[in-house]
Amino acid sequence: MHLSPYAKHLAAALSLVVMAGCSSTGGTQDGSMAGSEGAGSTSGGASSQGMNSGQVGSNSMGMRDGQQDDIPQVRTIYFDYDRDTIRSEFEPVMASHAQYLRSHPNANVVLQGHTDERGTREYNLALGERRANAVQRFLMVQGVSPSQLEVVSYGEERPAVRGSSEDSYAQNRRVVFDY
Amino acid sequence: MKRYMSLWCGMLLLLLTSLAHADLTIEITQGSDRATPIAVVPFAEQGAQLPTDIASVIANDLERSGQFKPLSRDDLIATPSASSEVNYRDWRAVDADYLVVGKVGTDGSIQYELMDVYGQERMLGKVINLASPDQSRAAAHRISDEIFEAITGIRGAFSTQIAYVTSQGVGEDIQYGLQVADADGYNSQQILSSDEPILSPAWSPDGQKLAYVSFETGRPAIYIQNLASSQRVRASSFEGINGAPAWSPDGRKLAMSLSKDGQPEIYVMDVGAGSFQRLTRSDAIDTEPTWAPDGKSLVFTSDRSGGPQLYRYDLASGEAKRLTFTGNYNSRGRFSPDGETLFMIHRGSQGFQVAKQDLETGRLTTLTDSRADESPSVAPNGTMVIFATQQGGKGVLSAVSADGNASFRLPAAQGDVREPAWSPFLN
Repeated sequence: MHLSPYAKHLAAALSLVVMAGCSSTGGTQDGSMAGSEGAGSTSGGASSQGMNSGQVGSNSMGMRDGQQDDIPQVRTIYFDYDRDTIRSEFEPVMASHAQYLRSHPNANVVLQGHTDERGTREYNLALGERRANAVQRFLMVQGVSPSQLEVVSYGEERPAVRGSSEDSYAQNRRVVFDY
Repeated sequence: MKRYMSLWCGMLLLLLTSLAHADLTIEITQGSDRATPIAVVPFAEQGAQLPTDIASVIANDLERSGQFKPLSRDDLIATPSASSEVNYRDWRAVDADYLVVGKVGTDGSIQYELMDVYGQERMLGKVINLASPDQSRAAAHRISDEIFEAITGIRGAFSTQIAYVTSQGVGEDIQYGLQVADADGYNSQQILSSDEPILSPAWSPDGQKLAYVSFETGRPAIYIQNLASSQRVRASSFEGINGAPAWSPDGRKLAMSLSKDGQPEIYVMDVGAGSFQRLTRSDAIDTEPTWAPDGKSLVFTSDRSGGPQLYRYDLASGEAKRLTFTGNYNSRGRFSPDGETLFMIHRGSQGFQVAKQDLETGRLTTLTDSRADESPSVAPNGTMVIFATQQGGKGVLSAVSADGNASFRLPAAQGDVREPAWSPFLN
């Protein structure tokens, strides 16, 4: 299932409404809610830190001020199996990001490297980093300041699509520009 | 409307609760032909009733090891609860090599005896006092450990635990959880939840702490969490990859892979001092370190020769030597407790499979016939290897005996399960 960003926010809002509804019905359900939270929070600080990671989502929402229209629309490029070479078809995409970053020296982007699911996880973390590094080098050669760029590899941990077909693998081998 | 709302809430709560208690179930997928038949008679309950069917837990433990084939309850020819009531001939008639009987006393204590049917002798006879009935499952695992050791001479590993990672969802909406459960999948507890990835849990040798990688700040960092107190520290959060934590056998050091120098290199952190020492220097990927049981060397994955292969770094000489030469993909090594065998993920004809290499002969043997295996982790007694694989498009845990003859799966009711780490002995 593919959700548009708006549908995602709608879904998030709806689930908030449902949660709010839950607490207003009160009684025993509140009790069991507390119980299920308790199970998660036996780790104390660990759980609350985990909750904080939700802020990554709000970062992308924060881009609504001002320059959003200028950020190139295409923010994902794809790679061949076991390769970190930037395919020629994505060079225009790369060039558009380079141009945007050069003309917006205050803009920062996280280059997220991803792999498909094949192979071991930590090794894939390293392969994902190699892809994101290749994109970073390309942008730097095009005159983007290193201070605007950060590389984070997710390896196979955040697949865009599920499945073990060649098609799903191809959609998961990617670098995402996360402004 | 209100009624539908509460139905909704009920479902939501059900979901949350089941997420928090994501117990795994066991499915034996392959039994060994050489498994020893054993009869485990249901324990007689003299007044006190326990929440656990002790005999059933013992039989399941022994069967899971691949070394025993417990008789079905329908085939039990009699129901003695003490050796004095045993007629050995009966049990020879149903081909049981060994017999376990027992009873729960009025005070809730558990008595059990193990008998050698052909030798017609009692091998074990013990009484276990429980502080409370909810210890009955742990007591059953302890009995399994003692029976296993009495017959095989190998220490049982049924009272151990496994850590693993769960995930639900796809794309931006994945929820990750780090869980710890008993080795049979029961009593799971979530010790961390996050909407950012969690991976590579590693038990400290004393079984009290887990090191793991969490992306909860948006970047990977290594954390060390005390399981009893839930207190934790961020051990390593350099720029780039902070990955693949591995405890030294003495628990004082943590090997890891850091990419702060440009590409992933193997580092060793002194956990007490907080200092880091770089071991490898190559312009390739060096990751997935693991310590030899004697603490004198580490094995790690490197693609310095092109594809991923396993190398051994000798701490005294500082030299790294390639170990694997079969095939073009060998990664994520893990030692057997005696240090003589290396388990790994090997890309074979079918895909990514658990394999083992005899370190003396260099001979590599594939242990599974699956195609997407990951993350092998060896039981502390060396008899089984737990790993992650796929079943019906879902991530599940699976285990195979070190000789490859027996296997079982631990599927979860929902979501994906992966990154298993078998605890050390905990008692």
